[in-house]
Amino acid sequence: MPFEKIVTQRFDNLEAHKISEYEATGGYVALRKALETTPEAVHNEVKAASLLGRGGAGFPAGIKWGFCPPNVWPRYLVVNGDESEPGTYKDRQLLERDPHQIIEGCLLACYAVGLTQCFLYIRGEMAHAQERVATALNEAYAAGYVGKNILGTDFSVDIVLHWGAGAYIVGEETALIESLEGNRGMPRLKPPFFPAAVGLYGQPTIVNNVETLANLPWIVDRGSNAYTAMGAENSKGTRVFAVSGHVNNPGVFEVEFGTTTFRDLIEGSDYAAGVRNGKKIKAFIPGGASAIWFYEEHLDLPLEKVTVDKAGSMLGSGAIVVMDEDTDMVKACHNLVRFFARESCGKCTPCREGTTWLERILARIIAGHGRPSDLSLLTEVCENISPGMAWPPRQTTICPLGPSAVSPIASSIERFRSEFDDYITLSDRRVIPVASA
Amino acid sequence: MPRLNEGNLRIAQDILSRYPKKKSALIPLLHLAQEQDGYVADDAMEHLAELVDVTPAEVLGTCTFYEMFKREPVGDYRINICHGISCHLLGADELIHHAEESLGVRQGTVTDDGISIEGVECIAACTEAPCLQVNYRYMNKVTNDGFDYLVNGLRDGTVTVPKHGRLALTRQAIPEDKAAGNAMVESDAPPAWWPEPEPPEEEAK
Repeated sequence: MPFEKIVTQRFDNLEAHKISEYEATGGYVALRKALETTPEAVHNEVKAASLLGRGGAGFPAGIKWGFCPPNVWPRYLVVNGDESEPGTYKDRQLLERDPHQIIEGCLLACYAVGLTQCFLYIRGEMAHAQERVATALNEAYAAGYVGKNILGTDFSVDIVLHWGAGAYIVGEETALIESLEGNRGMPRLKPPFFPAAVGLYGQPTIVNNVETLANLPWIVDRGSNAYTAMGAENSKGTRVFAVSGHVNNPGVFEVEFGTTTFRDLIEGSDYAAGVRNGKKIKAFIPGGASAIWFYEEHLDLPLEKVTVDKAGSMLGSGAIVVMDEDTDMVKACHNLVRFFARESCGKCTPCREGTTWLERILARIIAGHGRPSDLSLLTEVCENISPGMAWPPRQTTICPLGPSAVSPIASSIERFRSEFDDYITLSDRRVIPVASA
Repeated sequence: MPRLNEGNLRIAQDILSRYPKKKSALIPLLHLAQEQDGYVADDAMEHLAELVDVTPAEVLGTCTFYEMFKREPVGDYRINICHGISCHLLGADELIHHAEESLGVRQGTVTDDGISIEGVECIAACTEAPCLQVNYRYMNKVTNDGFDYLVNGLRDGTVTVPKHGRLALTRQAIPEDKAAGNAMVESDAPPAWWPEPEPPEEEAK
């Protein structure tokens, strides 16, 4: 079905990162429109669009904005550009290819919620994105879109480019705030659950994902009705998915939210174009490394938050990783668990010790030193991080990182137990090459 | 010796001026120290502690949490080979093995001519797997030959990459006359564009 692209609308234009090109293609129109109305009107428009947060949790942005306690000032905006979930790379593309769209999104959020300083936190490893955003900000300051008395109005806000230094956990919003305060990036104890109440320097703070903010200029310019006309009942607008792994045409694709299916995206000729070398699909990760795996029978599910949640997984950060029939599931599981073990911040014992042991046990199974009791041991450790190993996960930790490491283990042991058994029991196990090009 | 030099001290002051609280500037300043020396030296951390008004131990605490800050020289070129799930599926482990064989050193060890490799977690270029970064600049769909081409290029100067530590070449500059100013925690006034400011009670008196 034809639809209009929103956040990736300028991706074909290789000059779109320049302010002149951004202005020539409708840029900063929404900002002018917003400044003619009240902050409340802008906030209501975003609420009416039911824009869901694109960071992973999928919380409605307009409602999150409303959690700021009244008459407590100053309030801050922190932009979460610390994208590092394995399989995800939409935010980097948005920052590199269309940085002004993000800047305009920041300005709209600041205007609507009364935020007087914005910190754009970009992942440290993204040197090119930092370069593009720094240049774009310098242009925007010179043109009077950012800073003091924006476009001659009372609206004044500084956007400060800030970058991290390599820590996945900083994507968790309270850890992001800790990191921005110059500390070790460890999540804060909850409650308070939302930084909108107590955030940066103890002040009300809105933390929004890059893609969430990228939607704002379009919504304010075209109105919430045009936005809600696209998508399914509970998932409005469009959404960006990155498809990678064993597919013919890996890429970042913007699709209508909720109506497109996994099959369309993975097999469609306009999208990932099917599993490479004519192989069959063995499993796929629907929403980043933290998600429960899906299989062939899930291909016809729509890319829609509620449906996917009900089916026992999540769309998370929009990262789909496809594994073909030759994939060694024990190695894939180990790979994902190693990620969480390395990235655990060490604050909560179940995660710090648990993920480390999970990784060690899986490594010894792969090395041929697995013990028959190892599978139940893996399960036991998982139970201590996420009791019941249920979905949505329960947790014995402050943040969901630890329980995320349970997902690949729960998935692979349930479905591919025999592969683990082979590693543990067979003396002449045939080693399957990871990449059979 | 490697405290921040005069030029970098000016940049540091500029960075410090953008945050309502000094310690927030710590991560950008650690990057600046790494840019100057290629790694974060102990003396530099002491200097930063003075600048942001915390103890050197607190600077060390922040520094050691983050993967990118190196406390020992890693050579001019650090090659980070991604071994995240998407790259793993498309041969990252084999690529890392080849890289170790080809350079003759294991991960983390620096060659005599200043090159080191490391397997790292997802670097957000999953559709270009397997991928790597040289001093945080991307190289996509890397083959064994591609890796050798890169290393040869770095050695004979045909591939140019800024030295380890330098990230974005452009810095943000907020012109003084255009700055809105920091939102200081102490100031509890609503923003100027906020339509319904509570009538201040003092005026009634």
